[in-house]
This record gives sequence, C-alpha cells and structure tokens, in this order.
Amino acid sequence: MPDVWSLYSEKVMEHFKNPRNVGEIENPDGVGHVGNPVCGDIMELYIKVKDGIIVDAKFKTFGCGAAIATSSMVTEMVKGKSIKEALKISNKAVAEALDGLPPVKIHCSVLAEEALKSAIEDYRNKSKHRKLKKRA
Amino acid sequence: MATMKRIYLDHAATTPTRPEVVKAMLPYFADAFGNPSSIYSYGQEARGAVEEARTKVAELIGARSEEIIFTSGGTEADNYALKGVAYANERKGNHIITTSVEHHAVLEVCKFLERRGFRITYLPVDKYGLVDPDDVRKAITDKTILISVMHANNEVGTIEPVEEVGEIAKEAGVYFHTDAVQTLGHIPVNVDKLKVDLLAISAHKFYGPKGVGALYVRKGTKLVSFMHGGEQEKRRRAGTENVPAIVGLGKAVELAGQEMGKEAEQLAHLRDKLIKGLGDKIDHIRLNGHPTRRLPNNVNVSVDFVEGESLLLNLDLEGICASTGSACSSASLEPSHVLLALGLPPEQAHGSLRFTLGRENTEADVERVIEVLPEIVAKLRAMSPLMKTQK
Repeated sequence: MPDVWSLYSEKVMEHFKNPRNVGEIENPDGVGHVGNPVCGDIMELYIKVKDGIIVDAKFKTFGCGAAIATSSMVTEMVKGKSIKEALKISNKAVAEALDGLPPVKIHCSVLAEEALKSAIEDYRNKSKHRKLKKRA
Repeated sequence: MATMKRIYLDHAATTPTRPEVVKAMLPYFADAFGNPSSIYSYGQEARGAVEEARTKVAELIGARSEEIIFTSGGTEADNYALKGVAYANERKGNHIITTSVEHHAVLEVCKFLERRGFRITYLPVDKYGLVDPDDVRKAITDKTILISVMHANNEVGTIEPVEEVGEIAKEAGVYFHTDAVQTLGHIPVNVDKLKVDLLAISAHKFYGPKGVGALYVRKGTKLVSFMHGGEQEKRRRAGTENVPAIVGLGKAVELAGQEMGKEAEQLAHLRDKLIKGLGDKIDHIRLNGHPTRRLPNNVNVSVDFVEGESLLLNLDLEGICASTGSACSSASLEPSHVLLALGLPPEQAHGSLRFTLGRENTEADVERVIEVLPEIVAKLRAMSPLMKTQK
C-alpha cells in the first residue's frame, strides 16, 4: 500500500517503530508523570541533569502511535539542552519535528510538553530541597 | 512490502463485495439503466430487478415482499425505524426503551429524540453484554411506544435475547425494532421467530455493496415516511431506487441463504482457535463479550497495559487489519461505550482489539496473528508505565 494513505507521517511511524530512549533512569534528577487511563495516554519522562544541562532522558508511555512518537521525539530534543532551553520546547515544536500530527492527535504533543515541564519542575523541587539540606 | 500478504480481519466493519454480486450488478449501470418508475421496457426491466431483490430479502427473513423497504444502508434503516415510529405514535406515548450497547445509528437517534421531548430508557447489560429481558418488562410504561434491542453487538459479538424481548413487546402491545446489521447473512434471522415489527439490515456487512440496506416493517406498523417526494417504496422512502445496489443486495442475500450455515461453522472454528491461541500465548488478556452466545466471526480481547491503537498500527505493519475500542483519535477520547457498559475499566477498554473473521480467512491467517501479536504486545509492554506498576 502506498504510504500516502497512512494516518501518520513517515517520521511519526519511524519513531513509533523504533522509539528512542525507552525505559527508566536509575536515580533520575527529575520525573514527570502525566495523563490518565481514561483518556488512554500515560507518559512518564525521566531526566538526568548535570551542571544545568539535561544529559539523559528516557520515557515510558501507554498510549497510541502519536503518544509513543511524541515521547520518543521529546526525549531526543531535550538531550544536551540547558533547563532554560528545554523549557522553551513547545508542543508545536515536537509536532513539527515529527513532520506534523493529525489534528485529533495534537493532544499527544501537548502531553509530551507537559511531561517534560513536569519532569523539570520535579528536578527544580528536588534541587531546592537539596540546597536547603546543604544549608542546614 | 508489496509481497506481504494482507490479512483482513475487520469484517464487522465491512466486507469485500463478492465477484458474483458485482457481476449481478453490472448490467444495471449502463444497459438496464432505466428508471423503475418509467413504464417503457427499460424501466420495467429495472423494476423487475428491484422487485426480485425485494422477494429475495423477504424470503430470507420470513417476511412478505411488501414489508421490505430499501434504504441507503443500516444507519438509514435504524434512523427510519426509530424516528418513523416515534413521530407516528406521539399521541400514544413518548417513551422508548433501548440498551446502552446499541450501535450509534440507534443511540444517536435516541439522543436526538430525547432533545425533542421523547423519554428514553437505556437499559444496562451484564458483564457479557447481555440485556435482561426482565429489565425490558419492568421498563415498559403505558407511554412506551417502541423497544429497540440489537440482534447482535457489533463490537463484542454478543447475541441478545431478542426472541424473549419480542415476546414481552408483543404481550405489551409495543412495537419492537432490532438492528440485525451484524447478524443477517451470518446467522438465521426470522422476523416471526424473533417477534419483531421492524428490522434493519445492511448489504456491505455480508459481501454486498456499500450504500444499500433495508428496513423490514411488519404489515400494520404505524410509521411516518422517511423521505418525501415521489411514490417509490410505497411513498415511505421517496427517491429513485439505487437499482444496481439493490440488485447487489438481492444477490448477496441469495448467496448468504445458500452458504451461511457452512460458513458460520467454519468461522466459529477459526474464532475458537484464535481465542485459544491468544489466551495460551499472552498473559493478562481477556475475552470481551459472551463465551458462547457470540457471533461466529467475532473475537474481542482486552490486552492489559497496552493501548489499542498502538496494537493496531503494529498489526498493520505486519499486514493485519483489525479494530479497537480505544478512541485515541476520536474527539472525546472516551473509549468504546460498549466496553464501558460491560463494566471494563477505561484502561482495559483502551487495550481492546477486535478481530472479525470472514469467508476468505484461513487457518494460516489465524496462526499468523497468534504468532505476531505476542511479540507486539511484549514490545509495547516493555515501554508501558502500567506494566511497571503491576510488578
């Protein structure tokens, strides 16, 4: 069958078939957990941070093709970026990096952005906690 | 890619039109193209073909040919049955009883009627998808004008106790409609045995063409016309008949009448083989629907910790076509109303897969699914956060 009839772009299918960075990070510096079973998408995103740079990112996702592909893409995009740069990654940027998503699947890219933001927030909370501990 | 054999296991969605059916239809496009309402021979030839098809449909379901109205398909037949009865019997009452697992062609009509002052009772089903005839009996009031219970469910394949409900409806003097879109041409359907007043069918579900179906209307049933215009279909459904499609429906009905018994046996064997094979090779998998009161071609399973669309995409990469009750691509994101009505938690409904077999499927097709699916499930589970919380 010609690929023109597929629901997703080739890039989405490529990430879906061979997702990057699947798994968990031991002792992560930040974990983001978003989504719920009712809507059918759950994403977990783990980050490792060194000197303000995200040196590693991994994910676990329960969800559709777009959810898996956006998870894979967002972990690729954040690696090597500073926290500040990573926070600028929007759902639109993730979707664009995948050569677009069908309109009904935009929520998957939103979820990927939220997972990233949530992982960074977790990292910041943890590092605040660490600093407070150091002072005490 | 090009050489990969495609295995089509979504016959509840649609079936390929059989070559015999296509052949029967062809003369009615360009040769016998006349309008059945015209009195010259071209027209009368088409009229004859339409009436022959009507007789074939009537014979298969034990009806009289004047009780058959051709429609554009199952959805129109359901719409006509519900709206037709509702608006013709408004003075008698405004209450309709149906089930929570009906096809959208029934449920959405009920919601529409609800917004226009009708009262609808949506009966629950048990964990197998069966409605309790006793619940139907209890729901009847002096305002009840119609009961609509599907013959078999399109998602989980459960065959409803239509006969029992028909008996109750008859006793109460309430019209009874059944959506037989999933059963006609596959298992016996007889309007007197089922005690129905209205029955909807669709050709493309049993190897006929798309865009044509029929509504059986028992003689004496009061319903308003669906389409207004010419005098076609006894003024109930105006519009020039879709002659080739109607001929195709007739041919499909004829073939089904001859072959469905043997076919059902063969499909039930493949169905049971698939259910057993998947159960043996995959952990945390369950059959949705009834273990025995089930369409011969339906396999519906929930695979824990994984989502249906990603299962489907992976199956598609292997050339296997199936379907899911997950609704990751629908605007609501809500999984199948049928699976939720059976009491499945949302994550299991999202992890559902439906395989519906057809006459061209083989043992090898089933074996291929049993070989491929466990690998797909393992791959997806390895990336599922739900799998982890399970451990």
